[in-house]
Amino acid sequence: MTSAQPEFRTEELLADVIARLIGDVRHVAVGNASPIPATAALLARQRGNGRPYVSLLGSPKNTFWTDGARELFDCAGQGRIDVFFLSGGQIDGRGNVNLVSTGDYAHPQVRFPGSFGSAYLYYVVPKVILFRTEHSRRTLVPQVDFISAPGASEPNVFRPGGPIALVTNRCLFSFGGGRFRLDSVHPGHTVDEVFEHTGFEFECPAAVPQTPAPTPATLRLMRETVALQLAEVYPQFARQVFGVGEQAFVR
Amino acid sequence: MVQSAKSLDEALASLSDGAMLVVPREVSGVPMAATRALIRRGLKRLHLVALPTSSLQADLLIGAGCVATLETSAVSLGEFGPAPRFCAAVTAGTIRMMDATCPALHAALQASEKGVPFMPLRGLIGSDVLKYRDDWKVIDSPFGNSDPIVLLPALKPDVALFHAPMADRFGNVWIGRQRELATMAHAAERTIVTVEKIHEANLLEDPLLAAGTLAGFYVESIAVAERGAWPLPLPDHYGADAEHLALYARMAASDQGFADYLDKYVHDKRAA
Repeated sequence: MTSAQPEFRTEELLADVIARLIGDVRHVAVGNASPIPATAALLARQRGNGRPYVSLLGSPKNTFWTDGARELFDCAGQGRIDVFFLSGGQIDGRGNVNLVSTGDYAHPQVRFPGSFGSAYLYYVVPKVILFRTEHSRRTLVPQVDFISAPGASEPNVFRPGGPIALVTNRCLFSFGGGRFRLDSVHPGHTVDEVFEHTGFEFECPAAVPQTPAPTPATLRLMRETVALQLAEVYPQFARQVFGVGEQAFVR
Repeated sequence: MVQSAKSLDEALASLSDGAMLVVPREVSGVPMAATRALIRRGLKRLHLVALPTSSLQADLLIGAGCVATLETSAVSLGEFGPAPRFCAAVTAGTIRMMDATCPALHAALQASEKGVPFMPLRGLIGSDVLKYRDDWKVIDSPFGNSDPIVLLPALKPDVALFHAPMADRFGNVWIGRQRELATMAHAAERTIVTVEKIHEANLLEDPLLAAGTLAGFYVESIAVAERGAWPLPLPDHYGADAEHLALYARMAASDQGFADYLDKYVHDKRAA
């Protein structure tokens, strides 16, 4: 890192990358246990002066659903959610995600919590951003053991949505034509390292740029404004990453 | 229908071994005091439906040997990690798992709510969630042109059980914005509710409260259980007991630790 660049944390870099992927849309929804995507969505909202609309599961202040938990899915089914985030115990090179188990389904080796809404939202939300902070051959595999939700569907299957990118702690992959392409490698990481730790095949251009570091203005926005909004839903994360104290929490 | 509040055990009496029981997700009014009472009673062979996910409640019921079949979209302790008894039971094959996806459970209950035999749902095609659900079917939409779509059979539980902020003396229950509780009650044969307190006036006579009220028409029995969702949260009323949930995650990691947890927090006393 040169002296001209400010210091930043990995979480801040990843949130900045995801905020760029979100782009100019109307409605971003963030599921449970997703503090970095939540940071990105709030950052995008702050930059856009209130656009996109952000729904954060678990935040009474940042959800408008009053017709039960099904309203989120009904909203998504109508195309009223533009961006969502998914992770997976395993993700493979075709964009399939596994949130269920490893090994044989009837006799699993490791059981994960379950598919949640993935087997539906992956199909109907136009931009799904995959997200995994452990970039390893254990998580990024040649083929998932269980398909909670497939990366692509047959042409006649209703599929307005699907993956557009995979963000890890090491790099950014874009997704298109049924496979991943290495778009950029984060500062401090290398292309060789990405090959070493990725279990699936991906397209790699001759020259892979470095992921741009967050600008001082972006870091200021995250630390001074977004962090306080985030603290309502993710107090531990806001404290650890942004040093937000209890007294600063927005009620 | 005028009802009077019963004791917890009286209210739960009609829930029998082998019943299909639907319960709400971890933050939506989970009847934990009732769950402990059911474990003390030694309820067996439940077909447990968690709408659409669960945390401590499913893990406790599974660990205590009350569950034969679990139908849900996910079980975890959230920030406290995996649900240890659930993971152990699934890997050991001691419960039958019916993996779903959240909107499928909502939709299948809505079919019962409407009295229709099935509900169509987008997504799912090409997933292993669908592959392992013999009870779900794919048809070509009669209104489309080569448009395959999944049909989910109506899910009609024997009993819906949840915890809510208050009920009145007419059996009306105030659920606020947790509207999935109404879907559960509309779909189930019978509904049993625990509440924090009894509200003296008729909830349906106050237009502001009436919009968040489940009519007593749907409710079989009500028991008062103060802090009845503890250690889980009651939305808009109290938060989760994070310290206790962390303690549970540690203890339930081993068979012996889980047995000790049951002795201390389920069998020995009416906790909190």
